[in-house]
Amino acid sequence: MSALLTVKDLRVQFPTRTGVVDAVRGVSFTLGRERLGIVGESGSGKSQTGRAIMGLTPHHAKITADTLNFDGMDLLDISAKERRSLRGNRIAMILQDPKYSLNPVMSIGRQIVETLRTHEKVSKAEARKRALDMLAAVQIRDPERVFNLHPHEVSGGMGQRAMIAMMLVTGPELLIADEPTSALDVTVQLDVLRILDNLVRDRGMGLIFISHDLRLVSSFCDRVIVMYAGRIVEEIAAVDLKNAKHPYTRGLMNCMPQIGTDRHPLPVLDRKPEWAA
Amino acid sequence: MNNLQVAALSVENLEVKYDRFRALRGVSLDVQQGESFGLVGESGSGKSTLLRAVAGLAPVTGGAITVNGKTLGSSRTKAFYREVQMVFQDPYGSLHPRQTVDRLLLEPLVVHGFADIEKRILRALDEVGLGSSFRFRYSHQLSGGQRQRVAIARALILEPSILLLDEPTSALDASVQAEVLNLLEQIRRDRKLTFLMVSHDLAVVTHMCDRLMVMQNGAEVERLSATDLARHVVKEDYTRNLLLASEGFVRPEASI
Repeated sequence: MSALLTVKDLRVQFPTRTGVVDAVRGVSFTLGRERLGIVGESGSGKSQTGRAIMGLTPHHAKITADTLNFDGMDLLDISAKERRSLRGNRIAMILQDPKYSLNPVMSIGRQIVETLRTHEKVSKAEARKRALDMLAAVQIRDPERVFNLHPHEVSGGMGQRAMIAMMLVTGPELLIADEPTSALDVTVQLDVLRILDNLVRDRGMGLIFISHDLRLVSSFCDRVIVMYAGRIVEEIAAVDLKNAKHPYTRGLMNCMPQIGTDRHPLPVLDRKPEWAA
Repeated sequence: MNNLQVAALSVENLEVKYDRFRALRGVSLDVQQGESFGLVGESGSGKSTLLRAVAGLAPVTGGAITVNGKTLGSSRTKAFYREVQMVFQDPYGSLHPRQTVDRLLLEPLVVHGFADIEKRILRALDEVGLGSSFRFRYSHQLSGGQRQRVAIARALILEPSILLLDEPTSALDASVQAEVLNLLEQIRRDRKLTFLMVSHDLAVVTHMCDRLMVMQNGAEVERLSATDLARHVVKEDYTRNLLLASEGFVRPEASI
């Protein structure tokens, strides 16, 4: 399997008034056409890793890497224009909350058409047709109606499907999903994951699934990277997660309450300073 | 009375209406003294509305709420808030950003005319495991878990007998969630408190509560004990689906 994305020693630093904050400190991994999960707590650098690949890190931050290679292109070397043509076209990103990440004053259909026409020369009628097909592909029952709705008129699950449709309409090769289901109810969560799962499999995309929910990630992804304080502490096949070696991974698995087990009090994480070293 | 013991909290046929939307459609429940009762459901199921109605934060249009044998009217008295306190979901939104922890804890004591303020503040901080070094910090200087501890300290400082918990850990990381859940259990044991807890997370509710009610569209779906839920002894399909969904993603067998 050839690598779609190669990341070697990625670092993201934010200069602040009180000194430099190292958000990501030397992350390396490769991604083929597979589902890779990145798990960690808030502040572990998982989202900043995704954003650095996407090219959405704020300007004042400093990104360095030995390699940040997407399909033969060095992402840190190419021009802003080339980067723009990749973003939304060959690399796409799904964000957490459709309430905040969709344009509130533009209908859902127009937003999808806009994405498509930014990257491809297609007629308005053709773009509209493809947008409607895409809405149908994310299992929206009445695409014609939803096409004309504004984001505030749809539920969270529907909004998230619309976002997935928007991101997939250009047929990206790499999809970065940053907590795509965290703002949704459990049952809706599974619907959205099922849609994402089918699309990723049918289109042979590479998927980076960023989440704080270890249990969800382990049931959805092939491979899991566990991050702590800006570093990777463990990389493991999802099926082997039960036999994880690193105490942090094990602690994260353990501290969640489970239905059918009686553990009072819950085991808590005993954070060791050497994990962050 | 039919029972020797008066229920700590009993709700009968409670109706809540926001304009023309019926957020609660005749919900009833009883919580015994010292019991921990859970409310589960998806967003819009009315679980938080029920909690807010008890606290006097939602427009009740019908039914009755009884706390420790006293039926509540349309407004809440100071004495009520001595008995019942609430912890909200988002510790980032529920603490005043320009007040120190000291000030936050002071306010309920002043409102209720307590005398030994100094001692109570120190004891409240100690009880939630924060220590006096946190006393003069602002909430933005605290982590999410620490903020939620302050919110719990503020609720406990009036020594209530009933605590209403609205998703107390869903804004927190898993490891911090475990710490806060342990703290809540500890406090309930030490103070013999009654909990009414709302969560969308079935695992959290079964961990914390003896009995629970599943809600949907502002009405009860079913009421069951945590042990029955753990053994998958459920009557309604809706509950079964929730239970299934909480076990994570199951890939439909690939049909290649």
